[in-house]
Amino acid sequence: MTGTITRRDFLKATGAAMTGVAVPAAGLCAAPGEAGQGAGRAGNGSGLLAISLNVNGAERRIEIEAQMTLAEVLRGPLDMTGTKVGCDRGACSACTVWVDRVPVASCMMLAVDVGERKVVTIEGLARGEELHPVQAAFIAHDAMQCGFCTPGLVMSCAALVESKPNPSIEEIKDAISGHLCRCGSYPHVFAAAMDAAKTLKG
Amino acid sequence: MAGNELRPMQYPVGIDPAALGEVERRVSPDEAPPLPPNARLAWIGKAVPRANGHAKVTGSALFTVDRKLPGMLHARLLRSPWPHARVLSLDLDAAARYPGVRAALPIHETVGRAVPLPPPGTSPSTPPARQVLYVGDIVAGVAAATPSAAEAALRLVHVEYQPLPFVADIEGARSGDAPHVFDGPVAGDSHAGGAGGDVPIAQQGNVRGPDRSGSRGNVREGFAQAEIVVEGEFRTQVQTHCCLETHAVVADWEADQLTVYMSTQYTVGVRDELARVFGLPLSRVRVVVDAMGGGFGSKSGAGNYVRAAVALSRQAKAPVRLVLDRREEQLDSGNRPATVQRVRVGARRDGSLSAVSVDSYGTAGVGIGAGVGNFAQSIYSCANFAIAQSDVFINAGPGSAMRGPGNTPGAFAFEQIIDELAERLAIDPLALRDRIDPSAVRRAERRIGAAHSGWSRRHAPGSDAGPVKRGRGVAQSFWGANVQTNSACEVRILRDGSVELLSSVQDIGTGIGTVLAQVVAEELGLRPGDIVVRIGDTDFPAGPPSYGSMTTASITPPARNASHQVLGKLFDAVASALGAAPENLVAVAGRIATADKSRSMSFREAATHLRTERISAVASRSDDYGGFARRFGDLASARNALGGVQFAEVSVDVHTGSVHVERIVAVHDCGRPMNPRQIESQVQGGVLMGLSYALYEERVLDRNTGHVLNADLEYYKIGRSRDVPEIEVIFLENYQGMSATDAYGIAEPANIATAPAIANAVYNAIGVRVRELPMTPAKILSALGRIPQRSGGQ
Ligand code: FES
Ligand code: FES
Repeated sequence: MTGTITRRDFLKATGAAMTGVAVPAAGLCAAPGEAGQGAGRAGNGSGLLAISLNVNGAERRIEIEAQMTLAEVLRGPLDMTGTKVGCDRGACSACTVWVDRVPVASCMMLAVDVGERKVVTIEGLARGEELHPVQAAFIAHDAMQCGFCTPGLVMSCAALVESKPNPSIEEIKDAISGHLCRCGSYPHVFAAAMDAAKTLKG
Repeated sequence: MAGNELRPMQYPVGIDPAALGEVERRVSPDEAPPLPPNARLAWIGKAVPRANGHAKVTGSALFTVDRKLPGMLHARLLRSPWPHARVLSLDLDAAARYPGVRAALPIHETVGRAVPLPPPGTSPSTPPARQVLYVGDIVAGVAAATPSAAEAALRLVHVEYQPLPFVADIEGARSGDAPHVFDGPVAGDSHAGGAGGDVPIAQQGNVRGPDRSGSRGNVREGFAQAEIVVEGEFRTQVQTHCCLETHAVVADWEADQLTVYMSTQYTVGVRDELARVFGLPLSRVRVVVDAMGGGFGSKSGAGNYVRAAVALSRQAKAPVRLVLDRREEQLDSGNRPATVQRVRVGARRDGSLSAVSVDSYGTAGVGIGAGVGNFAQSIYSCANFAIAQSDVFINAGPGSAMRGPGNTPGAFAFEQIIDELAERLAIDPLALRDRIDPSAVRRAERRIGAAHSGWSRRHAPGSDAGPVKRGRGVAQSFWGANVQTNSACEVRILRDGSVELLSSVQDIGTGIGTVLAQVVAEELGLRPGDIVVRIGDTDFPAGPPSYGSMTTASITPPARNASHQVLGKLFDAVASALGAAPENLVAVAGRIATADKSRSMSFREAATHLRTERISAVASRSDDYGGFARRFGDLASARNALGGVQFAEVSVDVHTGSVHVERIVAVHDCGRPMNPRQIESQVQGGVLMGLSYALYEERVLDRNTGHVLNADLEYYKIGRSRDVPEIEVIFLENYQGMSATDAYGIAEPANIATAPAIANAVYNAIGVRVRELPMTPAKILSALGRIPQRSGGQ
């Protein structure tokens, strides 16, 4: 929508401005081609920034617009569309990924601010063919209908069961309280998370 | 196949698996033979895991928003900031020149809203100057190489508006001196739930109606005979669909083909609509959807945004992606209309109803169809029924169908009045329904639900000491068992033994793809995982829509019949190798065998005997064996409607006014249940959407500015994980011998009974009735007299 300045426009504008100022000041400005050393980022004269992101264990060097969120970069330049955007302003948690193993809303984080932290997305949760116990439990319990909220819910539930061996139903409800599932798959999600926690422990 | 003579066949009937009866139906020889009850089947009625579950939990499921085509452009729409204005000029030049922009167009599509009728005696002449009718009405569109270029170009579109008087609240719109939303009489389709449609209906200012169709008998006499009359006025709010995947399309206009990837509930309907609008033959329009992120009624047609995307693609000569943002979604992608219902019921001392009248008005914004459906008209026996429903236009985005359209707000009012009547008669609400409800299925559901919910422990209204008071309530569902007869699918067997099912039917999250695999596997003696299900593409045989709770009923019988027919061809091919007549072969456990099992070969080996690379059969939905109750073109209603009874247990804190739903027992029927786990998922979803409607959701429209104050997901409050009660889902196996699968739908009934069940439980808890949705703490406290009454809803 035009005509109204949203919180997100503000965030993006601020992010872009900060990048323009902060990058040279921090001495990180690299010539095109040198970008991506560590978590470096660089202007390249085209209005694009070259950055490096660690996603699912791989260093990915990409050129992005400065104001792009992590969600946009994952879904666009990195072509990993498993991460979903439901609201693009922190209200639904569909876009949840792990940043250093903590679930975050990737629509609320600028890609340039990720730095050296490690990003794990839904595409990186399984070990090869072997599904994460939460993924397997979601299938077994039919913890989805349309499935649009599912990647985000899986990421939050996986973070929970990995950090808490025996979550109570209340703890599960709290851990996913920011997620919106319009299809109402919550009861099966609770059951799946409980089940996965058991699998992980046993 | 064989001659057309109908053959008598015996089908299981009944709802008690231990005591099923039989009914004889005369059916065509093309029909697969009668299917035994679920207990005797391998896959149908079993909790087979969702076919695309793996894709959904690994992120590989391909939603429309995930589609990327080579050279794809990104579109954005410019929308009106005014609730009502004349567009004096629109200048797209600067936007069109912005770097990366490939198309910029004025957009003036008006699908979904009421359209002015030409004044009598005039011929269509030059259209009047463009007016925008609500905040969010589409004005223009641009398509550019990147989303940010499209966004930037949009800011360069120059529009000169002349603001006009507007009205954005229903009571204001009804008053004599209110500004008119439309200059004259209008007509249009009624999507949202009854009242209106194309019938000519009187219109006065912003009020179109009343529509009295559906009335019967003589209510005046009926009320004269009544020994008890109960009445009340009920208000329901505007609810928005909030599909997690917003409306999304990738339109690709090529020289001789239009391909549209779209998040839709009805590929065929969209294909037909776009062919008509853009003057293309059906054969040159293809609509595709793979994974689909929720619809709930809002993604039934192509709508204005898809037309815009197609037009932009045609101009740019490139594929165009258009995904609405959440704010656009809340303003302009449909909603459940608000209603005000005056309901009156007359009864005799024995509980029998002598008269029912429903007088309602509601608003679907600039759309038609704010009626309250046929709930009160249809659910209980009563000879005298009068209905009068009106649409009130306001300057807000048009309503559309939403899960149980009409019936969901209708049930909120009517099931509370029935509850009141029971209290006045001093009989149990279940006993009253036993007297007035003709449905034997719901009678059984009441009995089961009462036992599971502990109904006998229900106390007198408001009798808990408090401050947290508990209560129990019950309410029922009514929804037609609908069937789309324009429903077909193809089943193929390939020479390597692989099997494919093809249909344009789409899986919007209900799991129909899984169910189809179960049906084909059952018939062919294979496993569901062996069946490749190709759906969601109009290049395949035309499937039904995914709305109106009609998908399973419409497409599973053709799937079974096509499987049966293609299997007959396989039997023909292997009969001599097995030394038996084709009619003496069976397909079980991955093998083709003689009936006595003395000789057999694997399905895969049997397929090698095919003369050609693949064989196939196409079947379409035949009529229900007992015939339909009604039909309108391709749409038919089965003889028996769908039921459903829900029991709610709540606690209400009379100091804070907060309502906590602790438990819901939902007892439902859907003919032969096809996949119990997926049915459970859908019923839980229906209950939670109903709970959220009952307690939290409300679009807030500012009557002073015409702006929606909560066009987002933060302040448009939807129940989430912490609000989820314990939900027990129970469903009957209801065999009726109506089709090759005997399966019907579940989505809408699961939603309709929830809000009134909670409302009745709230009454039972606090002893005061809350007649307005959502039942917020403020409304509870004001009902209790702890804070002053506020004025009526929007
Ligand atoms: S898309 Fe990020 S929270 Fe909704
Ligand atoms: S499964 Fe559809 S939104 Fe959660």
